[in-house]
Amino acid sequence: MSTAEAVHRDLGLTDDEYQAICDRLGREPSYTELAMFSVMWSEHCSYKSSRLHLATLPTEGDRILVGPGEGAGIIEVADGVAVAWKIESHNHPSFVEPFNGAATGVGGIVRDILSMGARPIALMDPLRFGPLDDARTRYVVDGVVHGISSYGNSIGVPTVGGETVFEDCYAANPLVNVACLGVIDTKLMHGRAEKPGQVAVLFGSSTGRDGIGGASVLASAEFDEDSLDKRPSVQVGDPFGEKLLIECSLELISRGLVASFQDLGAGGISCPTSEMTAKGKTGMRVDLDNVHRREPHMEPFEVMISESQERMLAVVEPDDVAEVVAVCGKWDLEARVLGEITSSGNVEVISDQTTVADVPSLALAEEGPVYERPAERPRWIAEVNASAFGDDAPEHYGDTFLRMMSSPQIASKRWIWEQYDHMIFLGTVIGPGGDAAVIRLPGTSTAVAISTDGPGRYCWLDPYEGARLAVAEAARNVAAVGARPTAVTNCLNFGSPERSDVMWQFAEVVRGIGDACRELGTPVTGGNVSFYNETNGQPIYPTPIIGMLGVVGEPAKAVGIGFRDQGDAIMLLGASELDDFGGSDYAKIINDTVGGTPPHLDIAAEQGLHEVLIRGAEVGLFNSAHDLSGGGLAVALAECAFAGDAGFSVQIGGTEPHRALYCESPSRALVSCPQGVVDDVLALAGGAGVAAEVIGAVTADMCDFTVFATPLEEARSAWENGLSAPLSTTMEAG
Amino acid sequence: MSARVGIVVFPGSNCELDCRQSFERLDAVTEFVWHDDDTLPDVDIVVLPGGFAHGDYLRTGALARFSPIMTAVNEHAEAGKLLIGICNGFQVLCEAQLLPGALRKNEGLKFLCKWSELRVDVKGTPFTERADEGQVLRVPINHFEGNWFADGPTLERMRANDQIALRYVDNPNGSLDDVAGITNERGNVLGLMPHPERACDSLLGSEDGALIFGSMLDHVAARTGARL
Repeated sequence: MSTAEAVHRDLGLTDDEYQAICDRLGREPSYTELAMFSVMWSEHCSYKSSRLHLATLPTEGDRILVGPGEGAGIIEVADGVAVAWKIESHNHPSFVEPFNGAATGVGGIVRDILSMGARPIALMDPLRFGPLDDARTRYVVDGVVHGISSYGNSIGVPTVGGETVFEDCYAANPLVNVACLGVIDTKLMHGRAEKPGQVAVLFGSSTGRDGIGGASVLASAEFDEDSLDKRPSVQVGDPFGEKLLIECSLELISRGLVASFQDLGAGGISCPTSEMTAKGKTGMRVDLDNVHRREPHMEPFEVMISESQERMLAVVEPDDVAEVVAVCGKWDLEARVLGEITSSGNVEVISDQTTVADVPSLALAEEGPVYERPAERPRWIAEVNASAFGDDAPEHYGDTFLRMMSSPQIASKRWIWEQYDHMIFLGTVIGPGGDAAVIRLPGTSTAVAISTDGPGRYCWLDPYEGARLAVAEAARNVAAVGARPTAVTNCLNFGSPERSDVMWQFAEVVRGIGDACRELGTPVTGGNVSFYNETNGQPIYPTPIIGMLGVVGEPAKAVGIGFRDQGDAIMLLGASELDDFGGSDYAKIINDTVGGTPPHLDIAAEQGLHEVLIRGAEVGLFNSAHDLSGGGLAVALAECAFAGDAGFSVQIGGTEPHRALYCESPSRALVSCPQGVVDDVLALAGGAGVAAEVIGAVTADMCDFTVFATPLEEARSAWENGLSAPLSTTMEAG
Repeated sequence: MSARVGIVVFPGSNCELDCRQSFERLDAVTEFVWHDDDTLPDVDIVVLPGGFAHGDYLRTGALARFSPIMTAVNEHAEAGKLLIGICNGFQVLCEAQLLPGALRKNEGLKFLCKWSELRVDVKGTPFTERADEGQVLRVPINHFEGNWFADGPTLERMRANDQIALRYVDNPNGSLDDVAGITNERGNVLGLMPHPERACDSLLGSEDGALIFGSMLDHVAARTGARL
């Protein structure tokens, strides 16, 4: 066995993959070449286990200018106004080193958006953690939130939302996803080097040994007891450098200096050099001696795969190099010519006047292995589906309500989002704490609504139905503020694809997303797959995070969740199925049960509800609107009350009132409106085939459910402290 | 004639666009001034906006005071013209000793982005003329280091001299004497942690910030009028 062959396994390549490389090259690869293949053929970069499934997703639509495969999807939201929208994961780095892992996750997605020529204008961070009674989890939560806050705030991009969920399965494998919205600044860019003779300029931070093997070693393998030793594979972020990179890149584009553009993320220099030339059917001669470095004596392979942050690659005309360097100099950024575009079809890497790699771009970027991995429905699913739903009635209604409101799952996430600058850019019409964030695009009268959602428990019980519910809820969130659901980005977080049960979950989730997106008319514009989210053989719940983008007609007409005027009618839209408790928050929090089957989604009912919400907002019928989700009607009512600083009185009856209070039937929303327009709302709902009834009215300071009543302040205090109290304990202990 | 507002841009500033937008809503003419320049254009008002001037890996504002533009900013203030430092700009003004005291990490050791209420405790400054004495303004904060501190004699002198222009109604960060915004002795330099530029549009939740910017523009108009 040759030296290189013995080494490929350490780099994360299988024996078969190594053989495929030899076959493709007609020889054994050099060490540098092997390192390049190891990152480009990693699960993280090549999507080798997911590609066949992802190909089934709907990706086209009238408003979709750029679909999957580029830095970010591009959606036209008004005449001449286009936005970039994309989600990524940084799960493994964030567990190993929470602060820097989360921070560099923000940096990575921001550069994806920037690579399209878009100014990043909003971030969302969907997070999944273990239960807060564990000290390491509290450390991870604190580090992740601080990392996002530190990085996002410094680069001056508002973090406007993103849900946070606490669940046992994420204790040793937290999820840190991050979505970014951008608006095309002067020109839409593509990562495609099409013209031989042009040159590639590497600019931004220097290259060091940080983050070597991030894609192959960290992101593409599961965890075990030794995982924390992988800390050196986590990159270290420099948000100030990123801020300069944003301004500098946008200035280069606006001056017309850039022909094509790509960021450096996973895979380091290997990635854009091979991808841009593969897409453009060209090649590149890369001179590694021109890479500015932060430490001496780096091996060529290290330079090629280092994931040092805050770097970009711009392809420019040779005559423009001096001006490009000058603009970078103004922003205190180093810029050097990395190489020249050739017609060879190869990425040729030269170090110290020696060729250390010479491989076809296509082999690296597009001809990686594609696996149709075995997928089999696990037997335990039938048992779980036949088990108890956890819908037993509570002993005491008032206490149960307070327990629900104070559970970290439902409690206010203020402790998290107050650490994020969510207001910069003067675009945040509706910020964190609502159904969807509403962002006014700079210099326009257009706004978009964005929301993320990913119900892991539902997907564990039934991945197909759970995925449809995820899409539906994300769309409902957006419709609740009055926006029309338009496009989806998704981040698919799963266990190891080498397990047949996980692959079955994955296939079912992708099928569910595809069906729901087709039916709702919301194409998938891209996203990310994160496999290997398991530790010691225990995978996480299948957790697809759906990032929905909707278009808002007029920003001033966006509807918030807070009750407004005392005396307003409170109306419930949509039908309730009183046994929808499988995977519900009530079952989990009150009865400590996750079992049965999730609620069933009726797409027609969902679409009808969206029409009522969107049209009602357009004509100004609603003083508030809030979708029903985790915790059902009771939690939704309370959230509207807290946001609006008003109480309510509703009539909840039946022999088992907990069912109406906490069941989680989808396709429902709560609206409040002046008594005078109740008939208009009823007519609108009737026309759309949506059930609607007045269930009560907005009052002063009681949460009155008929079967029990709780003072607003008592309920609010439980809700406000549910998350902050356990997290503040660590601070005092420290 | 519209007042001319120069907004100093350090490499890590990030509130400069917001300051421009909010001053322009009030019909001022704005211009960005790069920190590396050594002269100011002909402006009536200088703004040091929020952000992280040089990344602030060292103490906030510690490097910015050495930026070439700061000499001209100093001269602008010495000439009695209006200078406002918002958030990071306030930190820079303290480091540059254009304002007394220093800003420490928030008491809770957390970054805080939230709405705050400020009480106007000194009326008749060029920054508060449009407000009533005791009026409460709703303006957001957004900082990690907003916990202002000065020694006892300095605080006494500032109180006696009516330099504590704005106080928090509900102190969010441990700031001494609830200080949210202070002026220099002469009253032409204001540093404040809350962001008035984020409170100039009712769609975003408040227009109270426009009382501060508007007062500055009134002051400039009055001075210009007196000169004519």
